[in-house]
Amino acid sequence: MTQLVLEQALNGLQFGLMLFLLAAGLTLVFGIMDCINLAHGSLYMVGAYFVAAAAQAADSFWIGLGAGVAGAAVLGLLLELTLFRQLYKRDHLSQVLATFALILIANEAVRMLWGAQPVMLNPPDALAGPVEIAGFFYPAYRLVIIAFGLAVAGLLYLLVAKSRVGMWVRAGASNREMTEALGINVRNLFTAVFVFGAALCALAGGLLGPLLAVQVGMGESVLILAFVVIIIGGIGSIRGALVGSLIVGTVDTLGRALLPTLLRAALPADAAATLGPTLASILIYLLMAGILFFKPQGLFPARA
Amino acid sequence: MSLRLTTLAAALLLASSAHAAEQIKVGLLSTLSGPGAGLGVDIRDGFNLAMKHLNGKLGGLPAEVLIADDQQNPDVAKQTADKFLKKDKVDFMTGIVFSNLMLAVGPTVFENKTFYISANAGPSQYAGEQCNPFFFNVAWQNDNLHEAVGKTVHDKGFKNVVIVTPNYPGGKDAVAGFKRYYAPKEAPAGGKGKVVDEIYTKLGQLDYAAELAQIRATKPDALFFFLPGGMGINFVKQFVAAGLSRDTQLFAPGFSADEDIIKAVGAPMMGMFNSSHWAHDMDNAENKRFVADFQKEFGRLPSLYASQGYDAALMMDAAVRDVKGKVDDKAALQKALEAKRFKSVRGDFKFNTNHYPVQNYYLRAISKDATGRVTNKTMGTIFTNHADAYVAQCKMK
Repeated sequence: MTQLVLEQALNGLQFGLMLFLLAAGLTLVFGIMDCINLAHGSLYMVGAYFVAAAAQAADSFWIGLGAGVAGAAVLGLLLELTLFRQLYKRDHLSQVLATFALILIANEAVRMLWGAQPVMLNPPDALAGPVEIAGFFYPAYRLVIIAFGLAVAGLLYLLVAKSRVGMWVRAGASNREMTEALGINVRNLFTAVFVFGAALCALAGGLLGPLLAVQVGMGESVLILAFVVIIIGGIGSIRGALVGSLIVGTVDTLGRALLPTLLRAALPADAAATLGPTLASILIYLLMAGILFFKPQGLFPARA
Repeated sequence: MSLRLTTLAAALLLASSAHAAEQIKVGLLSTLSGPGAGLGVDIRDGFNLAMKHLNGKLGGLPAEVLIADDQQNPDVAKQTADKFLKKDKVDFMTGIVFSNLMLAVGPTVFENKTFYISANAGPSQYAGEQCNPFFFNVAWQNDNLHEAVGKTVHDKGFKNVVIVTPNYPGGKDAVAGFKRYYAPKEAPAGGKGKVVDEIYTKLGQLDYAAELAQIRATKPDALFFFLPGGMGINFVKQFVAAGLSRDTQLFAPGFSADEDIIKAVGAPMMGMFNSSHWAHDMDNAENKRFVADFQKEFGRLPSLYASQGYDAALMMDAAVRDVKGKVDDKAALQKALEAKRFKSVRGDFKFNTNHYPVQNYYLRAISKDATGRVTNKTMGTIFTNHADAYVAQCKMK
């Protein structure tokens, strides 16, 4: 039983850290420029396709990952300069409409370029097997994902909490007018943040590609969870995004894994299997409602 | 009054004497996008290859095949089927992969008195109480391949089995079929093993981390899984990556271990057992031509889905020829379809009274062939002339 819980905790950590890569970019964009970007999940999808295409062309997963992330960053830059700059001045409704259109365009474009069927992306051979930790086997590749997630979290912490750019970002998130008044070009700062967010999306997409499948529409379902994460964590806060991701990842995984087992005591297997995941996803939203009730700004509000 | 009567009589006369159609229209509605796309694509390609072999004709009449994607979504499937039936007025429908979609589309098709030739989905409902004269399954009843696996796992003497399947009608049929020949209560031979856990996943799920941890905790000596398409690809990959293949023997029905999945997973699938009514190495002239031409045309080995799509077209062809193109004569067309006057690539089989096949099921093992390619190899016969378990409940009208 302890082994089961430990393994599920690792699974939750892996899922949570991948959510964090998505939520980090989303929360900064939302927090600093007050811009709702529904197409954030599309950047994740397009990034994954870039990684898969580059990995196939180069016949190396790591080169593919690097090239794909770079490609997504360039795409992010183009999008920011052409489209998003026009959107900041508009209200939330226009932003929602425009970025929703972007989702549809991205899905159709990907379908035209790569076809409707999922694209295969395989992990490097050395990581395809299991490794032994604490007396049981765990997939090596999932450990690599955890390592990447932790490294990015650490890097972001240093960048946001310790560097000068990070100070500007934090200042921009908590009070944009005041920051601008202090002579900081929030517009350029934001371009950098947006590009960085796009690169993180592609990193998440590329890392998850071998585990799941690279396919049209893969960004939509995960986007909802990313929004839940930043609402729990507090909009604009990196620390909030990390804590929120880990909470959502763990609750979702443990709920999905343990609830059906517990429910089996009282219900037939197929009913328990339907109810378990449903309860687990309800649990996430209950959690969100509970946190918002006590802390309406989220756990770590940027504009405290 | 008399004029009206004459018109009525003339109309009745017209309606009763069916004319030979000038063209046969087929509505092929299948899953062509998303995780289940590989299955639908193979059905489509198999069907198209048959059309090529038949020079684009069904029963000697020029044929038009309308192809649409159901996106594995029951609502989309229903809307498209409506369009096929009402606007395009198709003579046959085929192609649906997933049983939940088949159950959603079926009532409209039957109400419209259009023949549905299923090239895959074989829900137990349509084999038993809800059987319908307008429904034919040219593949199998959902339970059959799982029954064959259950028998194999039982015969090989595995004691603790975990079952993994998606939570939808096809998945439930899988569990019922497997247990019918494995679990001690129902096993005719009196099995000694038991099913220690049944894990139901969401249809279309791609990450199995939580389920694999659960399986590890149960320590089964055999695992039976039924996860079609992309679900199965991910499951096997993650199963091997988690190190579970060291202690647990994998078993699956043919559709979770066919060429589409082997191509994507590769070597980790070696040694896996599965069941099928068809195999690409089956030794008959029709099959040899089908497999060779499929490879030439599409550059890959056909899967059982492709063979079913191919057979569906041959079945329509033979029946249209039988009724001399008078596809409006529904009673005659039904008789012609039941007669099954075509040579299937799986060898001989016949239709039962519920319009599901009575046929052989074979054991296949995934191994390397002479050219070093990882593929299925037929090992032997599990069932001879096997019928489904629901036929007694079918009162065909």
